Amino acid sequence: MTPENLIWIAMLLPLVAIALVFIIGEKSPNIRESCTIGIAVTLFWVTTRLAGVVFSGERPSFKMGEMLPGFEIAFTVEPLGMLFALVASGLWILTTVYAIGYMRGHHEKNQTRFYACFASAIFAALAAAFAANLFTLFVAYELMTISTYPLVTHHGDEKAKKGGRIYLGILLSTSVAFFMLAIAWTWTVAGTLDFTPGGILAQPNIDGKISDFQLSVLLGLFAFGIGKAAIMPFHRWLPAAMVAPTPVSALLHAVAVVKVGVFSILKVSIYIFGIDLISETRLGEGANPIMMSDWLCYLAGATILLASLVAMTKDNLKARLAYSTVSQLAYITLGAALATSDSVIGGGMHIAMHAVGKITLFFCAGAIYVGAHKTNISDMRGLGRAMPLTMGAFLLATLSIIGLPPGGGAWSKWFLALGTVQTGHFWLLAALMVSSLLNIAYLIPIPIRAFMTPAGEAPMKFKEAPMMCVVPLCITAVGSVVLFFFGNEIYDVLLPIATSAR
Amino acid sequence: MIEQLPVLVIVIPLMAAPLFVLIGNRKLVLLLTQLVCWTVFGITVSLLSRMQYGPISYELGGWPSPYGIVYNVDYLSAFVMLFVSGLGAIVITYAPKSVEREVHHSKHSLFYASYLLCMTGLLGMCITGDLFNVFVFLEISSLSSYALISLGKTRRAPLAALHYLIIGTVGATFFLIGIGLLYQMTGTLNMADIASRLQAIESSRTMLVAFAFMTVGLFIKMAVFPLHTWLPNAYTYAPSVVTCFIAATATKVSVYAFIRLIYVIFTPQFAFERLPLDSALMAFSLVGIFVASAAAIYQTNIKRLLAYSSVAQIGYMLLGISMSNVGGLTAGITHMFNHALIKGGLFMVVGCFALRIGSLKLEDLRGAGKTMPLTSFAWVVGGLGLIGVPMTAGFVSKWLLLTSALSLELWPVAVLMLLSSLLAVVYIWRVVEILYFSPASHLAKTAKEAPMAMLIPTYIVIGFTIVFGCWTVYSAGIAHAAAESLLGITQMGGVQ
Amino acid sequence: MTDFLGLYNYWIVIFLMMTGFYIVIARENLIKTIIGLNIFQTSVFLLYITMGKVTNGTAPILTGSHSGESHGAESHGAEGHGAEHGQELHSAAEGHLESGVEVVTEIYSNPIPSVLMLTAIVVGIATTALALALVVRIREEYGTIEEDEILEMDRNS
Repeated sequence: MTPENLIWIAMLLPLVAIALVFIIGEKSPNIRESCTIGIAVTLFWVTTRLAGVVFSGERPSFKMGEMLPGFEIAFTVEPLGMLFALVASGLWILTTVYAIGYMRGHHEKNQTRFYACFASAIFAALAAAFAANLFTLFVAYELMTISTYPLVTHHGDEKAKKGGRIYLGILLSTSVAFFMLAIAWTWTVAGTLDFTPGGILAQPNIDGKISDFQLSVLLGLFAFGIGKAAIMPFHRWLPAAMVAPTPVSALLHAVAVVKVGVFSILKVSIYIFGIDLISETRLGEGANPIMMSDWLCYLAGATILLASLVAMTKDNLKARLAYSTVSQLAYITLGAALATSDSVIGGGMHIAMHAVGKITLFFCAGAIYVGAHKTNISDMRGLGRAMPLTMGAFLLATLSIIGLPPGGGAWSKWFLALGTVQTGHFWLLAALMVSSLLNIAYLIPIPIRAFMTPAGEAPMKFKEAPMMCVVPLCITAVGSVVLFFFGNEIYDVLLPIATSAR
Repeated sequence: MIEQLPVLVIVIPLMAAPLFVLIGNRKLVLLLTQLVCWTVFGITVSLLSRMQYGPISYELGGWPSPYGIVYNVDYLSAFVMLFVSGLGAIVITYAPKSVEREVHHSKHSLFYASYLLCMTGLLGMCITGDLFNVFVFLEISSLSSYALISLGKTRRAPLAALHYLIIGTVGATFFLIGIGLLYQMTGTLNMADIASRLQAIESSRTMLVAFAFMTVGLFIKMAVFPLHTWLPNAYTYAPSVVTCFIAATATKVSVYAFIRLIYVIFTPQFAFERLPLDSALMAFSLVGIFVASAAAIYQTNIKRLLAYSSVAQIGYMLLGISMSNVGGLTAGITHMFNHALIKGGLFMVVGCFALRIGSLKLEDLRGAGKTMPLTSFAWVVGGLGLIGVPMTAGFVSKWLLLTSALSLELWPVAVLMLLSSLLAVVYIWRVVEILYFSPASHLAKTAKEAPMAMLIPTYIVIGFTIVFGCWTVYSAGIAHAAAESLLGITQMGGVQ
Repeated sequence: MTDFLGLYNYWIVIFLMMTGFYIVIARENLIKTIIGLNIFQTSVFLLYITMGKVTNGTAPILTGSHSGESHGAESHGAEGHGAEHGQELHSAAEGHLESGVEVVTEIYSNPIPSVLMLTAIVVGIATTALALALVVRIREEYGTIEEDEILEMDRNS
């Protein structure tokens, strides 16, 4: 099986899942779910095969066709996209298992629609991961927005409607008003939209088709246009999307949707601008020149801090996790904006680390809801007695999010910090430190208090969430620690994206 | 037979119409009408496929041009005729149950005859190369559409039709005045001949006045803001089938006439360089897009909402035309095609709702997502096309417009155009929320799903909006060929 | 001055056009609106017909004393009566000078504009008939043909 075939097989599989889910429908939920899991496992196998090829240096590609003259739907796999695809496909399996436990434990309706939309979101994620040019990426990006809307508004009530409105409103507005404009501008200036090592804007910049200042504006259009990266002030959709059932929040808002956002920002920085262009373009002369991406670095830094501060004020667990996600995504954006090889690799690593860590936290939140019917942190005191596995997993994942060993997030934080030092942004280094402290402040108390005895009340009895919920979250919690030990391997795998330009 | 195709496309429906009135039996007339429409569609497909060998020129009655009337088929006219007849055929296949419900059965054979006449008029406008002939066919299509609109259920239908009649006749008469003045200047009515004779004349006041009258007349027929006031009422109170057909075709054919006016007769040099038509058109279109989209947001009647949306979409077509390069013109022509599909499809969905729920008010459609899932899903897909989500036809037009605007460095136009698409999100999504998120209204609770006979044509049209969103060889590709030949003609000197 | 007054046909055209147009715009009685539309259309007929008259030209009817080319002796390329700046227009009369036809010594007015106006008059009649039919329907439904009353009834319903 050639690598080219692996690409389209990988993308076909979720589509097959959609078809099967609709055909089987409500008639036999067990068969329906088994189909999804079967296809998810097959997909993971395909992506690992593909990963073997890509990580050893090949760049397989597959062209689907031309939508308009000059704009084709094409796929080329490079390490960053491969990592994203691996994470997405691997976590799909676990999330489906978890969703089975959650949706059935909760007697949710419209499960057929749920699993079908899930599959289509995974399809969009894969299409984005493998995209060979900005046009394909944009198509996949919008497809993701549309296919996740029914998931966000799953409950169909007034709250879901309002949440869905904010979700769709912000994502569509930013993508149409800014992202689309940025892509068209790039095409007008560079004549191509292909992701190329070293970027495509360096030559037009030298030729004078786009000035340094305009490069900065273009970067801004991309940064704000890719609303899924949740850079302030276009981050409100993330907490609004928490009206969704927790499996949705877990996969989509820890793994698929948000990762498509920051992944796009990374790809744009590396393969459209080129990290050399970003790190070397100066606005203005003089002793202290401003780099073209400085404003984005500081905006990302501000997002990191502000989101963490807001997270501390939230009592609802999912809301706190949402703001934590906003903050963590800004790390990756920061990595892209700093544009050194270490920061960019750190950002890429964080895609994997944060995904595994955050999904665990969301899984736990959902398990707590299904098992103990609690959503607010203040009610969770002593819950560790009833749900030790859940809370234990929570603790492990928290380490990764905070950035402490043996959590995998330690590696990505390390490389991001290196990036701030390399570019001389010591204020940002301080921001990273402070945010780690804030992370501790708003995450650690949750499992700690859970393992304490509730004041005055008898200790709770052991009553874990359904097995199908608990097993996945244990697996991902262990995964976030395991990833720590593979930090070096992931670094080596991602190294080509930062060095191929030279 | 093959040589006679250009004239057959007019003669067949034209002769069929009075014949069907005489036949009278409404079931037979319906069947025959469907047969005629599909035959005409077949002819237009064959004509379009012959365009790769070059344009066709057909002399009526053997009289040589420029003395006789000539029918010219080139990429642009074949393309427009294709979607006019295609939509005419699909809508008439979809029509029977809707017409049963909305039009009194004593009027059915007259209804179908008028439908054929309307289609004849529209096709004639596309195919003819004689300017006065354009006026005649314009009036044929307009008069039959006035009659069709007046057959609506409520008492406001004849009023809307009369209002449209008055404004439309004024517009057509303006067009006629323009033709007269042009005839005075050049002595001929053949469009290509006029073009070559006009080139010899330096700008004269008569030429300007003729251009002005013809432009205003066509603006009225195209429903360009602010001359659009007839459209909302006409679309809202007409029978559903009539709205489907007319919304998809009538204004587009007037846009086609306008393209011929600017690009063939008056040449872009005159229109865009001597007169600031490009800035004027851009200004009018942008204002129209925003005002009409904003008006659509506040409507409580779903047909009215789509009517205002149509006014806005005409603005996009004109925006493309006003950018007088190949890219902009391609964008405008592609949007004519794409919007015909999208709006036709959306109005067909509305027709399904009208049949089952019996009301067009948004508050009566609440909760219809549960009782009429297939129909509602068709609305979602069509609506996404209107918004311009990738993989839909609407995205193709928007993308072409965007890239042309940026290649001409028209930044404000690009930005405004993108912002206006966001308004479309608001009014489309309002309906989606009403369908899916609201508790069912009394009428929606008891509604059944729309009949297959109506759903299948609807899904075919909506399906095509997705097909032509991904595979644009036959939409943007043909539009590009048409745009190139239009701009090429003027460079060559305008002789056929 | 004579040129100014000599264009009196066009002055009448303009007068009729504006009168008709005003009647259409002024919102009164529906029948009056239709009449206004008719007057407006009539002015256009007059415009065309005026255009067709050639100075010293007679009615364009062949009297049979010429060998008839069925291709028609239409004197294409009219010298428009009172055309704006008296520009010389192409005369396509050359095309008719084929072998066998005697050179025409009579000057004919241009028959084409009149012919076009026949079509336009028919269109106008069809429009008027349709409009009157609609007014009859409106009268049946609303009970009145005064525009303001109809608008009032619609606003209240």
